Amino acid sequence: MTPLIEVRDLVKHFPIRKGVVFQRQVGAVQAVDGISFDINEGETLGIVGESGCGKSTTARLITRLLEPTSGSITYEGRDISHLSRQELKPLRRDMQVVFQDPYSSLNPRKTVGTIIGEPFVIHGIEYDTAKRKRLVQDLMEQVGLNPEHYNRLPFEFSGGQRQRIGVARAIALKPRLVVADEPVSALDVSIQAQILNLLRDLQRELGLTIVFIAHDLSVVRHMCDRVAVMYLGKIVEFANNEQLYDHPRHPYSGALLSAVPVPDPRLAREKHRQVLVGDVPSPTNPPPACRFHTRCPKFVAGHCDVEEPLLEAKQGGNIAACHYPLTDEEIASRVPTAAA
Amino acid sequence: MALLEVRDLKVHFNTDDGVVKAVDGVSYSVDRGQALGIVGESGSGKSVSSLTVMGLTRFFSNAQISGEILLDGKDLLAASDEEMRHLRGSEISMIFQDPLSSLHPFYKIGDQLVEAIRTHRDVSRAQALDRAVEMLGLVGIPEPRRRVDGFPHEFSGGMRQRVMIAMALANDPKLLIADEPTTALDVTVQAQILELIGRLQNELDTAIVIITHDLGVVAEVTDEIAVMYAGRIVERAPTDTIFSAPEHPYTWGLLGSIARLDAPRGDELVPIPGRPPSLINLPTGCSFHPRCPYVREAHRRIDPSLEPVAGDSGHHVACLLNTETRKRLWRLLEAGTAPEEARAQVGLEDDVASPKEASL
Repeated sequence: MTPLIEVRDLVKHFPIRKGVVFQRQVGAVQAVDGISFDINEGETLGIVGESGCGKSTTARLITRLLEPTSGSITYEGRDISHLSRQELKPLRRDMQVVFQDPYSSLNPRKTVGTIIGEPFVIHGIEYDTAKRKRLVQDLMEQVGLNPEHYNRLPFEFSGGQRQRIGVARAIALKPRLVVADEPVSALDVSIQAQILNLLRDLQRELGLTIVFIAHDLSVVRHMCDRVAVMYLGKIVEFANNEQLYDHPRHPYSGALLSAVPVPDPRLAREKHRQVLVGDVPSPTNPPPACRFHTRCPKFVAGHCDVEEPLLEAKQGGNIAACHYPLTDEEIASRVPTAAA
Repeated sequence: MALLEVRDLKVHFNTDDGVVKAVDGVSYSVDRGQALGIVGESGSGKSVSSLTVMGLTRFFSNAQISGEILLDGKDLLAASDEEMRHLRGSEISMIFQDPLSSLHPFYKIGDQLVEAIRTHRDVSRAQALDRAVEMLGLVGIPEPRRRVDGFPHEFSGGMRQRVMIAMALANDPKLLIADEPTTALDVTVQAQILELIGRLQNELDTAIVIITHDLGVVAEVTDEIAVMYAGRIVERAPTDTIFSAPEHPYTWGLLGSIARLDAPRGDELVPIPGRPPSLINLPTGCSFHPRCPYVREAHRRIDPSLEPVAGDSGHHVACLLNTETRKRLWRLLEAGTAPEEARAQVGLEDDVASPKEASL
């Protein structure tokens, strides 16, 4: 089976320019720096990492909201990496995005009906107002909004309801791929679960493929079939859900899992928390070789800072880029999800 | 005697739309060296109650504040503005969610710390700077002697939060209030800050109040937890009890709606239906009744008060269900039973229908 999307050696560098009239490039933010992966039809792929690791840039590249610096994105066997706006338009029907902030992603001056109905107009599917209203009300029903609220404005809704509006807009054209960029991180805990369950139900009903971007590892574990862990523009580990959470092999994945606060005081006391030192280095000037070596608890001088590790299969089937992957004992003592 | 004792605190705001009952009768206490977690969703009154402890809501002309806030026996609500200014930053201090907007962008970190110290202590600039360097070292900022000359934008988010903590602790306060101290930070940095708060609490014997919406954060650093809903505390208990034997349906809802790493894979999340009520127009009876899966007819009329759980004087809960029913419900929920199912099993199904209509 061919994957829905194939990403190969994808690179996105944002140039940093100096000078007012004669601009010259003085450097580049290496937001995404050579990543490759596939997205299979019907799966949920998670992308996790700290802020600045390039996960949102990756999402924008896949949906071609950004043009890659190099590398390729193939959608159903067709290279879409450098298509023009005009050529992309039919593809936009198939790929939709749900954004993080339900406050700034909805036009405050338009009614909910107009917002959700707009995709039908943009893509010339349904110009008839009455018919469009029915379509929109069906969508509102489907995402758990009251269809009678068709003429209300976004400010009349709570954060969770606004996110439902965003979801309704995203599924309006029956897309094949939905990219959800931190869809719940701006919401209250009790509302987060509502939106997560909604996304899962819709996926089942509509057979959606979802790319789920989040920094919250517990949410990703709940939602995703496979997970890519990113650090400073690179994928450091790629594994399916069980593999990653039962036995993370990359020390960065291990540290991320170890850092998640566990709402169980007894378990929290038993666990030996591994706290990473320092912050993520700047993506304009990333560390040489393994980019994680400056913070890595297993750093070996003369190896990790000289030779870049390749993504390869490790024990247990995880694919990780590390010279010294975590051993089972290290995992058992640090990671709360490790199989006992 | 407890260091901080809040008794029946009410903070109401008069607005054009009506009276916003942001805090509506809240009582709690914190001892020296203890950490209390206040957990709640946005609009539950958790921030307003601690801003009032800091004396920061008294300047709103539309605020009506009543009750007592006793710090070492002294009523802060009765203190003059002048007295509060002396207490704030020396006896009580506060750190906020967003460390970037809490630091002044134009002044060096060192100058801001020196100002905080010299406001409350009669020391020379040089002495205050030494203290600033000492504090920055204490909170784990490398090369503090050099970094005091840095500006806020030269620090990362986690480092800024460390600076805020250093500033808050510079005058050896008895009480530190941390309002969502890690919400704006990445998980790895959050772990660093939580570890720092835990270490400082041990070393300095400061009482800490941590306000958060994340139950995971408070699980690790607090001794006691108060769960707030719609301006009231609905459950208060030692941290272990909140997680092992919670009694309020809202606490169950919070625990059931978080995706957690320690739960078996494939467990369904159980969201709380509906959304928090408007604080202007609170539901009658128990404020949680429109979202509660175990509501009975009487709960729409009777307003529960926070009372001790039978057999456990440290555990208080404001719920009209009887203790036996609550314990059975929690056992069922813990075993993975859905709320509707649990309701039927304990024999509540003969009463009013579950509050489905409130979910929209």
